[in-house]
This record gives sequence, structure tokens and C-alpha cells, in this order.
Amino acid sequence: MAEEFQPKILGIICNWCSYAGADLAGSARTQYPPDIRIVRVMCTGRVDPLFILKAFTDGADGVLVSGCHFGDCHYLEGNYKAAKRMFILKSMIKNIGLEDKRLRMTFVSASEGAKWAKVVEDVVKTIHELGPNPITQLTK
Amino acid sequence: MAEKKTKKATAKKETKKETTAQASSFAPESKTARIGVFACHCGTNIAGSIDIEAVQNYAKTLPNVAFVDNYQYMCSTPGQKKIEDAIKEHNLTGVVVAACSPRLHEPTFRTATKEGGLNPFRFEMANIREQNSWVHMHDREGATDKAKDAVRIAVAKAALLQDLIPKKVPVEKAAMVVGAGVAGMQAALDLANAGIKTYLIEKSPTIGGRMSQLDKTFPTLDCSQCILTPKMVDVGRNPNIQLMTCAEVEQVEGYIGNFDITVRRKARGVMTPAEAEAKGIVGGGCNGCGDCEAVCPVIKPNPFEMNMKPRKAIYIYHPQVVPLIYTIDWDSCIKCGLCVTACGEKKAIDLEMQDELVKLKVGTAILATGYELFPIEKKDEWGYKKYENVVTSLEFERLICASGPTGGHLVRPSDGKTPKKVAFLLCAGSRDNTGIGKPYCSRFCCMYSIKHAHQIIEKIPGVQPYIFYMDIRSFGKMYEEFYYRIQDEGAKFIRGRVSNVLEDADTKNLYVMADDTLLDRPMKLEVDMVVLAAAVQPTGGVDTVRKMFGVSCSQDGWMLEAHPKLNPCGTTTAGVYLAGVCQGPKDIPDTVAQAEGAASAASIPIHMGEVELEPYFAQCIEEKCAGCGMCVNLCPYSALSLVEGEGGKKVMKVTEAKCKGCGTCGGFCPGGAIWMQHFATPQIVAQIDAFLTGGEE
Ligand SMILES: Cc1cc2nc3c(=O)[nH]c(=O)nc-3n(C[C@H](O)[C@H](O)[C@H](O)COP(=O)(O)OP(=O)(O)OC[C@H]3O[C@@H](n4cnc5c(N)ncnc54)[C@H](O)[C@@H]3O)c2cc1C
Ligand code: SF4
Ligand code: SF4
Repeated sequence: MAEEFQPKILGIICNWCSYAGADLAGSARTQYPPDIRIVRVMCTGRVDPLFILKAFTDGADGVLVSGCHFGDCHYLEGNYKAAKRMFILKSMIKNIGLEDKRLRMTFVSASEGAKWAKVVEDVVKTIHELGPNPITQLTK
Repeated sequence: MAEKKTKKATAKKETKKETTAQASSFAPESKTARIGVFACHCGTNIAGSIDIEAVQNYAKTLPNVAFVDNYQYMCSTPGQKKIEDAIKEHNLTGVVVAACSPRLHEPTFRTATKEGGLNPFRFEMANIREQNSWVHMHDREGATDKAKDAVRIAVAKAALLQDLIPKKVPVEKAAMVVGAGVAGMQAALDLANAGIKTYLIEKSPTIGGRMSQLDKTFPTLDCSQCILTPKMVDVGRNPNIQLMTCAEVEQVEGYIGNFDITVRRKARGVMTPAEAEAKGIVGGGCNGCGDCEAVCPVIKPNPFEMNMKPRKAIYIYHPQVVPLIYTIDWDSCIKCGLCVTACGEKKAIDLEMQDELVKLKVGTAILATGYELFPIEKKDEWGYKKYENVVTSLEFERLICASGPTGGHLVRPSDGKTPKKVAFLLCAGSRDNTGIGKPYCSRFCCMYSIKHAHQIIEKIPGVQPYIFYMDIRSFGKMYEEFYYRIQDEGAKFIRGRVSNVLEDADTKNLYVMADDTLLDRPMKLEVDMVVLAAAVQPTGGVDTVRKMFGVSCSQDGWMLEAHPKLNPCGTTTAGVYLAGVCQGPKDIPDTVAQAEGAASAASIPIHMGEVELEPYFAQCIEEKCAGCGMCVNLCPYSALSLVEGEGGKKVMKVTEAKCKGCGTCGGFCPGGAIWMQHFATPQIVAQIDAFLTGGEE
């Protein structure tokens, strides 16, 4: 019997904008699917590409990195650097045979609770469409 | 040789001790960890959507968990006591509370952790409210699973947390206030009166802001200038306030306690007596006599009078300006030099004056940059700038003001006649979701339009004011009473937003087209004049200031407070506070109250004399550092440098006071040589691991 696919989605999000935005979605009781687990960092600049590669090799079906909008980074420009790294990383994961859509970088500000809910909804939908991470299928 | 070795070893030990004075070691031990997990019900806020018992039972099965408990309200005193007692009784090495957001209660639980005898940084929070129960209210199973995962992830990190000691830094005994409207002035006065040296930075040539443009103020109807000018004078002569007009912040560096701020003082073209004296001109400098203005041949509209009155290229906005110093508008000055001659022996005017950059050091700062009117001509249907007799509320304030362009006689711009029927259109661009206007309520328009109706009734016999409204929001003390009073005075209130304003080309009279939603019928009303209660928006260009101070904004561009309810004056940048309309529309009483709050908040660190910085800064693991220097350029705060280490090897060094702990360097270092305290690689990796590979019950 085919079990229903329960995606494992990792969200690494910055403390000042996206984490605050996700909190706001909560205060506003905006509903979204629960298929995401959050790791908080102070800035998306902290996100080492190795974290993401590790997440994928350990079986994450999707990874969402979310930070402040450009120009609004609490640390001036950490998000630019993160965006660059994610861009390169996307082509890397494509090369190893993963759909690059599994990695998403978004920008959600502290006042965008509704946007956060939309982003998560969208990521969950994408991952459902893509199905399970092929690496886990290989190692099974 | 042996001796050398020991020497080297001790030297190494010492450097290590120095660089790792914070974290006890770069390799935290999880094997001996004993974590206590506390799940909060938050009444039904969490327990209503999450099975707390299941989460608690699950937590018991996790590695390193030595104790598990739950409570109705973990943040309450008994809740915190549970943590303190459990740490002692069960020899805990770390604490996890599954409750609300760390952005709300991390400080609370850190204190409890400390009270229990642990280092406060051995605490980790699992957010199962804002990011769980509240957003999955109807999916108990999904929410409970997510809560279990969140606890597992938090425990994994908690097992690797280390003792950290916050860095204490001294606080400069000075503050800065940016913007000198009533908010900035009040904040500056409070700070100054608390004995704090305060720099008040205002971009225009005088202080006072919008309030000085108002005629009377609701609901008491005191004359705005009469209550404001004494305050302006107080600001001008307070020895603790250094007022800088024609000035703007150009650069902000540093952190709470130690902001290094560069201010550009724009060349005013005119010297104060003090400036003249400094240049050796005895008894010189501007005394506000106005001899220069009289001879200046250039005539320009005065923006203070909403461009309805002329001024010269050398000008003051109005007679009560503080400081009373003339200013040259370089864009219109033709440098004819007539003013220089007229000024004579005072030698106050310098047509070659240059901008000046001033560096200031302050401990805390308050932003109070205020607002401007939304350009209501964008809402074409209301006819502003299309029809002469449609004016904005601020133009009305000047037109009705005794010192205004018409000497307080309200006249129609088209023919100078006194209007007999005046329509006030509320929510012009406010509460407007068309995408052109502003979705929010501008909060003071209802009240000032009611005030306007009163003002014309008082001044023009037989006049009829009409107020077109969606809802009247008379929310403040004595406001509702004021509303009734003006109704009794004869103002007509018509519920229904205006759809269109049309003009009779011959008479220049206006037709207001609306739906009367109480009588449920369309209406068309001919009036002599229309006053638009235009929406307000943040002052133009203020985004630059906001970003320099690291303050976020709401979707509408208003500066974002740290917490809408519990920290309405603070921001997420320690040491930076907000006052007045820059944080969101509010009337004068609320503005002043917030300014006093901000001043109090800003004075606390200054009076404490030192503040603790969160010890989230980077450390270099010298053994791993290849000395490539790639991180050095990545750091936005120039906190990193390459120095010569042992045996001539180059290693990175962190200047801790400069590092803000963003981790950009740590996310990059190819050798993994950077240890981001509290967000160290092993800690984050453990979280990811716990999520993806742990979790089978
Ligand atoms: C038509 C009208 C009538 C009103 N009537 C009433 C009333 O009767 N009663 C009442 O309670 N309220 C009334 N209000 C509201 C009142 O105007 C505000 O509550 C009050 O002025 C807010 O003061 P503020 O200091 O926050 O902002 P502002 O008065 O806007 O002051 C901001 C100051 O900051 C300066 N500034 C801006 N950007 C910078 C920068 N980058 N660097 C340096 N300086 C900068 C500006 O030049 C300005 O001096 C009315 C408003 C309007 C529009
Ligand atoms: S990037 Fe890493 S290895 Fe290179 S200097 Fe910085 S800390 Fe050392
Ligand atoms: S964490 Fe690194 S990049 Fe960020 S401020 Fe500190 S030293 Fe600079």
C-alpha cells in the first residue's frame, strides 16, 4: 500500500525578518500546512551551503532559506551573500541529480505574516509535486 | 628543546584561553548532557491544538533528556520556579521550553535558567505557539507531530550549548534624536532633563514639525503654536540639547552604547552668532532682523505655508522659528550678494559656505521622523490639483490660521470669496484597498475634520460644513464628546465615501457625488469648497535613515517597533527607539506619550552606564584556520583581520566589540575555522540531524 508522502522540509530562517514574519503569521492566526521544521539563525548569511547539502543527503525533501528583503538585512548584506550562495548551490544540486526546485530562497519581512504562510504553502505544494527526495530512495 | 616545547605549549594554552574565554571549548560534549524539557499549555493557546501529554511523553524518550514537565503557563512565576527547581534537583545541564516564540520569552526563561544555577545560554526554546498551534489550529495531529519534532530539534541543540558570558560594554553618556517634530522635541527635552547630553538632528531649518503648521488642536482647541512655541524655545535653550538644524544623518556605525554617527550639516549660508564669533567676527552673526530678506530679489513659494505664500531665496519659514536664523535656499539663490550688503557689520551671510561633516558618539538613539501627506492627486476622482477649490487638510490648516497666507480668513483659492458650503471628505486615500491609496486608517483625520468643521462655524456666519465619512473614529479622551458638540453646532455628517468630485467650470463650484448609506440613496451636493482629509505616509527619504539604524518597516513603510504591544517604543536594534508618527499614524497626545516612553527607554542604558551584548560573536579556531583571509572581506562590520599567529602562521582574528554575530563569515569559511557562538556549526548540524534522522518513536 502506498503510504501518503509526508515531506520533510527544513526551513532555515533569519531571526529578524523571516522568523518575525513567521511569528506574525501565528499572531494573526493565518493557517498553513504543518510540513516544515524551522531552524533559526541570526542571519541567512550564516547558512553554510554544507548545511543544505547535508540536509539533502540526510533525506530532506526540500529546504527553504528565508531572510530579509534586499536592503533590509539586519546585518546590512548577509542576505545578498546568502542569495549568491544559494544560487550557486542550486546549480550544484542540479548536477548531482536533485531538482533545484527543492531548494528555495525567499525574502519575508517581519511584517509579512501572510506572505510567510503563502511561501510555506507554495514550498509544500512544490515538494508534494516533486515527490520524495531521490537520494533517500537510493539509500533505502 | 623540551623547555621550548613547554613554553610553546603554555603559550598556546594562553592564547586559547584568551580566544575562547567565552565558550569553554570548541568541542561541546553532548554525552554528559542532562536536559530538562518543559512544555507549556499557554492556557488553550497551545494545548487547544497540540496534545501536550503526547509531546511530554515523547520528550522522555529523547537522548539526553533527564527530566520532563509541563505547566499551564511556563512564563508565570510558578512556571519559572519549576525550571529553577528542576535544574537543582535533577542536575540539569540544559533547559528546553516548548512554548511561544523565543522573540517573546527567551529572556524570561534565560533568567529562570540562571536563577536555577546554570549559565543562561544553556537554554533553548521550541516555538510551538506562533509557528505551530496558532497556524495549524485545526490539524491536531499535524501540529502535535510538529511539536515533537521541534522539541527534538531543540533538545539536540541544547545538548551542545555552552556557557557564554555576555560582553559588557560602557555606554556613552549621550543620546541622539532624529527629527524635531513634537515627538523629537519631547524626547530630547526628557533626555536632556534627565541629565543626558542630547543631539537633536533636524533636516529642515527649524524645529516644530507638522504641529507648527496646525492652527488649533482637537479636542481642546488650544492654539497649536501657543502650546508648541514655548516647547521650541525650551529645546533651543536647554544646555543639554545640542540642536542641529539643516542636518541629516549620513552614516551610522557601532552598536548600543557606542554608536558613531556622522551628521551632515548642510551649508545654511548664514552663521549663528556663535559661529561668527568662532570666525573672529565680534558681535556678528544672524539675529533674525530680516534685513537680508527685504532686499533679496528672488521670490519662491513657502512650503511651510503649503506653497500658498511667497518667501525669498533667503528666508525663515515663520516668525517663531527656532533657531531664529535665516537660511539660503541654494536652488533659487542667484548669488547677487544684495543680502550680504544688507546684513552689513553682522557679517552673518557666507555665500560660499560648505557642508560640514560632524562625527558624534552616542549611547542610544531615537528616530522621530514623522510623516507627510499622501499625494492625493493620485486619486484622480477627488479632483485635487485639477480643481482650484479642492484643497488638502494641511492647506486648510494654513488657510484658517491667523498667521497663515490669508490672515485666517478662509477663502476659495479660485476667487478669494468666503465659502458658504464646505465639504470635508474623510478617508481620502486612507482605508483604501484599491492599490492606489493606503489600506490603513490615518487615525487623526476624523478628529481634525470635525475640528475643521468647528473652526469654520466659528469664523463664518451662516456657513454649512458637510462631513462625508465611512466611520467616525473618535477614540480618545473627550473625543466622542467633541464629536457630539460639533454635531450640535450644526455640522452635517453624511455616511458614505465620495465616489467623485466634479466642477462647474463657470462658478468653480464643486459637485460631491456620493452614496448616502444611511438613507440608502445616491446624492449629489453642490459646495463652494472641498477639503480632503488625505492619508498620511512616512516622510519621503526616511528609508535611508531607517536602514542606517537597522530598523525594519511595516508593509506600509512605517518604522517597525520591536513588539506592537510589549515594546512599542523599541526596535530590533538594541539602543534604537521610535517616537511619533514615524512608527504609525497617531495624534499629538499619543505622539508625546510615545516620545516620553522612548526617552525613558533610551535613558536606561545610559544611566546604567554599561550594557551587556549578546555573546553571539565569532571566534577563530586557530588550528583550523588556513589564513586565507577570505572571511575578512565578507564581514560587513570589518570585525575580522589577519594577524600573525604562532610560528609566523597567519590566522584570522575577531575584534569582538565590532562583531555583531551575523555569522556571514561562519557560513563561508572553507575550513570550518569559524566558531559562531550559540549558532556553532555542530549545534546547527545537530538540529538538522535531529530533524532528519531522528524521530522514530
Ligand atoms: C491636517 C492635520 C491636522 C491635525 N490636527 C491635529 C490636532 O488637532 N490634534 C492632534 O492631536 N493631532 C493633529 N494632527 C496630527 C499631528 O500633526 C501629529 O500627531 C504630529 O505632528 C506628529 O508629530 P511627529 O513629531 O511625530 O512628526 P512631524 O511633525 O512630522 O515631525 C517630524 C520631523 O522630523 C523631521 N525629519 C523627517 N525626516 C528627517 C530626517 N531624515 N532627518 C532629520 N529630520 C527629519 C521633519 O522635518 C519634521 O520636523 C493633525 C494632522 C494633520 C495632517
Ligand atoms: S575564511 Fe576561514 S580560513 Fe580563511 S581566514 Fe577566515 S577564518 Fe581563516
Ligand atoms: S559574525 Fe563574522 S561576518 Fe558577522 S559581524 Fe561577526 S565577524 Fe563579521
